[in-house]
Amino acid sequence: MPLKLEAKNLNFFYGSEQVLFDNNLPVEEKKITAVIGPSGCGKSTFLRVCNRIFELYRNQRAEGELLLDGVNVLLPEVDILELRRNVGMIFQKPTPFPMSVFDNVAYPLKLHFKLSRREMFDRVEQALRGASLWDEVKDKLKTSGLELSGGQQQRLCIARAIASEPEVLLMDEPTSALDPLATGKIEELMVELKKRFTIMVVTHNMQQAARISDATAFFFKGVIIEHGATNQIFTNPKNRKTEEYITGRFG
Amino acid sequence: MKKSAIDNFFKWFCFFCASLIGLLMLGFFIQLSLNSKQVWDIFGWRFLISTEWDPVAEKFGALPSIVGTLSTTLIALIIALPLALAAAMFLVNATPLIRSVLGHAIDLLAAIPSVIYGMWGLFVLVPFMQDKIQPFLAESLKIQKIPVVGRFLAEDYYNGFGILTGGLILAIMILPYICAILRDVLQMTPPMLREAAYGVGCTRLEAGKDIVIPYAIRGILGGVFVGLGRALGETMAVLFVIGNMMEMPQNAFSGSTTIAATIANSFPEADGLQRSALFALGLLLLAMSLLIQILAQSYLRAATAHRGE
Repeated sequence: MPLKLEAKNLNFFYGSEQVLFDNNLPVEEKKITAVIGPSGCGKSTFLRVCNRIFELYRNQRAEGELLLDGVNVLLPEVDILELRRNVGMIFQKPTPFPMSVFDNVAYPLKLHFKLSRREMFDRVEQALRGASLWDEVKDKLKTSGLELSGGQQQRLCIARAIASEPEVLLMDEPTSALDPLATGKIEELMVELKKRFTIMVVTHNMQQAARISDATAFFFKGVIIEHGATNQIFTNPKNRKTEEYITGRFG
Repeated sequence: MKKSAIDNFFKWFCFFCASLIGLLMLGFFIQLSLNSKQVWDIFGWRFLISTEWDPVAEKFGALPSIVGTLSTTLIALIIALPLALAAAMFLVNATPLIRSVLGHAIDLLAAIPSVIYGMWGLFVLVPFMQDKIQPFLAESLKIQKIPVVGRFLAEDYYNGFGILTGGLILAIMILPYICAILRDVLQMTPPMLREAAYGVGCTRLEAGKDIVIPYAIRGILGGVFVGLGRALGETMAVLFVIGNMMEMPQNAFSGSTTIAATIANSFPEADGLQRSALFALGLLLLAMSLLIQILAQSYLRAATAHRGE
């Protein structure tokens, strides 16, 4: 399987405090890679490097390489808007924009493409179907995105992320604010989505990681202790720390 | 027993103080209504739409003052709102040092007594308007040639005083208030929503105008109404620069007056029916300010409730 993303000697700093240490991680194309580890160990930070969203904040900086299709996206000459079109992000809480359901999905399309009304509608429908939301919202496309339920809002955000046809989806604990039913739907959706996208998901839920991911990376204090096929990590971890974490002895 | 007696007394004392404020408010209304009764009896609602203000002939109409008040307020808002919004957006994203230095500077603007603004307006702004701004607007931009609204904008006679200058002074005075509120409102935008906006590939401008401002719109409206309330009642600064003409203004360069300025100017020498007319103006102003305050509070409350979801 070809690599979609690859971190090479990636270091990350909040001011003078280093939070990621020489991370090396290959991420395979069209697979779900779960990122696990205790709170504050740098999982989210790693995701935030991939679309360079950390650059919104002063004093945060990344060193080393993060290759997307072999190109280091941390280089200043990389078009950051195009990068963010290509690498979508889903957050811990649903983040619908203050606009209608339709416009939520159409908005990134308007930013990146020139489309006719017809094409726009088709692409929005496609994205909503892709996020398993179409049947629930097709009669209320004009209502505010803020009026949907939490689970629907999160799927709306997924629709918004996949509308601009990215290759990579970054999901930062996408189900942590949702009830078990909504969580189940998102998990099903993720398995469906990996046919088209490379997915990295941060999760605190070990069962979730075991259920849906193909590969797993275990972070501890900013270091990638172990990574590999999910089966192997969960049944036969090589590192004692990994074993302690996944069996619930700390974290 | 004794302790609870003290506690009980304290409770009633606080209740008394709180009701005093309400009673004062009610007292203002009653006093203004009683003192203006004569005018309402004679002119009725025509007091509101008559343009005549002739103390000698005992004819009184509030329309010139109302128009002067509303137009200066409108100009002040048109100028101050974009400035305050841009400043607030910058402050929210600035480094802590710049944020605190600039933030305090803007807050200090609010501490300058309005009579100082008035003096500055009279000696600096009025000549500047006369020499530079008014000729520029009328001769270089020819804004009086704009269809329909043009004739309300300018003329080719410049003396520096008038509605535009009054509006400008007001804009500077309400700027810190609006800016402070907008800064707080924008700060309440969840960081995750901003990140989501940048995450789909927004530029700074797009994230601001499409995501952050629509999200904060109720709070922004609340800030606008607070500024509006301030501008409506402002007296001294406007009085210095508006020209104090008790007649219908023709355009933005016309000398005019505001409700507050009329009261301040005429009250010392007024008696009889004129005094009653000034009380009626006062009642109008109080009602307008109260309405604006209620709107401001309800919008700001809605803005915070929205966050609580």
